[in-house]
Amino acid sequence: MEALLTNVDWTEIGLASWDTLVMVGMSLLFSVLIGLPIGVLLFLFGKRQLLEQPVAYAVLSFVVNVLRSVPFIILLIVMIPFTVMLIGTSLGVAGAIPPLVAGGAPFFARLVETSLREVDRGIIEATQAMGANVRQIIFGALLPEALPGIIAGITVTAITLVSYAAMSGVIGGGGLGDLAIRFGYQRFQTDVMVITVALLVIFVQVLQMVGDRLVLYFSRR
Amino acid sequence: MIVFDQVQKSYQVGGRAIPALHPTSMTIDTGEVFGIVGHSGAGKSTLVRLINRLEPSSGGRILIDDEDINRYNPAELRAFRRKVGMIFQHFNLLSSKTVADNIAFPMKLAGIYSKKEIRERVEELLARVSLSDHANKYPTQLSGGQKQRVGIARALACRPTILLCDEATSALDPQTTQSVLKLLADINKELGLTIVLITHEMDVVRRVCDRVAVMDAGEVVEMGPVSEVFLHPQHPTTRDFVFESENVDRDELQEDLQKAEGRILRLTFKGESTYKPLLGSVARESGVDFSILSGRIDHIKDTPYGQLTLSLVGGDLDIAMQALEAADVHVEVVR
Repeated sequence: MEALLTNVDWTEIGLASWDTLVMVGMSLLFSVLIGLPIGVLLFLFGKRQLLEQPVAYAVLSFVVNVLRSVPFIILLIVMIPFTVMLIGTSLGVAGAIPPLVAGGAPFFARLVETSLREVDRGIIEATQAMGANVRQIIFGALLPEALPGIIAGITVTAITLVSYAAMSGVIGGGGLGDLAIRFGYQRFQTDVMVITVALLVIFVQVLQMVGDRLVLYFSRR
Repeated sequence: MIVFDQVQKSYQVGGRAIPALHPTSMTIDTGEVFGIVGHSGAGKSTLVRLINRLEPSSGGRILIDDEDINRYNPAELRAFRRKVGMIFQHFNLLSSKTVADNIAFPMKLAGIYSKKEIRERVEELLARVSLSDHANKYPTQLSGGQKQRVGIARALACRPTILLCDEATSALDPQTTQSVLKLLADINKELGLTIVLITHEMDVVRRVCDRVAVMDAGEVVEMGPVSEVFLHPQHPTTRDFVFESENVDRDELQEDLQKAEGRILRLTFKGESTYKPLLGSVARESGVDFSILSGRIDHIKDTPYGQLTLSLVGGDLDIAMQALEAADVHVEVVR
């Protein structure tokens, strides 16, 4: 066993795993905080919806589409000046978070929009008929009804962010991806590569499992 | 009282106005159960949604207790909607909330009730719709009839004066339909609230409604007390509905009539006369012989009625008809 993993520095792996956790955790938090309201607005501004606004919808949708169509590896680079402006550096764990959010938030916003559209229109109508205003419809009926879908969306976003975070190693972002590129790829340390990939796989599996459990718990159907 | 004054509704489809409701005037009295019957697409759903402005009207005025509901600003509209309960074909309960929370929901939205008031009202309503044991269940754990009873309890939470029922029994089996209709009729009696009920089943109208409007292609084609419209339908659409609800095959009926001899009369009994041993005595007095071709004895809401199609041979027909009419029986000569 030791002979097979000669290059593996477990302290380094531990630190890198923690970095990945922080990157994914922080960027997921901000992606949800930013993506959720955007998703709700996308839904509300949509055709035949509560606050139908064709122009606002087109603008918002365009911005989301642009961010989603730029390959993440390019987004990482394009975001560098903005990241420096925002937090003073484009390197390390902190430097990776803004591009991760820029990639994660629009992705999550679309998932939120979709899960809100899945809510039965009859429920919106019934809530309107009870004399609810738009805010009450959103917080009292739409979001609770869409909760399982939104949680599933958070899971998918988290997993996407794991793979994005691994890519951020390219711009010196830190974490398991960084380790895999610097040691596994550039120094041909295959054992490091295998370990990092295995850890990422486990990470994704755990996320999916927790997400599925939560969806099940919140689904009353 | 709900007054429709030349109310109309049209939808803009591709720049053209498609009429959903032609100018309609009618009055729904306070405390009555008013049925609106029509095939799907006849405009009845639109009509009922005009009453709580889920759909804005395109013209005319809707006065509810002498107030023009089109004049309400958004806040007034929301306050007004609390006084108009609504139940739906597919119940539209929130799947994320328990039965009790679903019933409490409109009261919470209103923001004018204390926690204690809400809790007490929910308990009272649960008991009223016989669901006290199911307070903490989620809608998916309930049967269709139970879901609709939750819907009714929810609609009553803020003590409305009007209850709108949008095909409330169309997704239920016949037995459950009966129990839900009975609940609606009881509530109407106990609380004196006005019920506007739309349906495509004349049977539903027969069981609970006081008056009915028949709709066809965005127009009210016939309107009146249920006993009138049901027993003496004038418009072809109304006749279709009545025949449908009685499961009468019209071709078969025609065939039966052709085979029968003599005069054919349709007798309609209503109220007390339904129970009188009339036919026998009339036959004896006038010397006519009769055979029953078709018939139905049932209730319209609480009033018993009977409708018989007879063929009469021999004897003195005039005396027979006079005797029947004297006994308050409506006689229609079919042939």
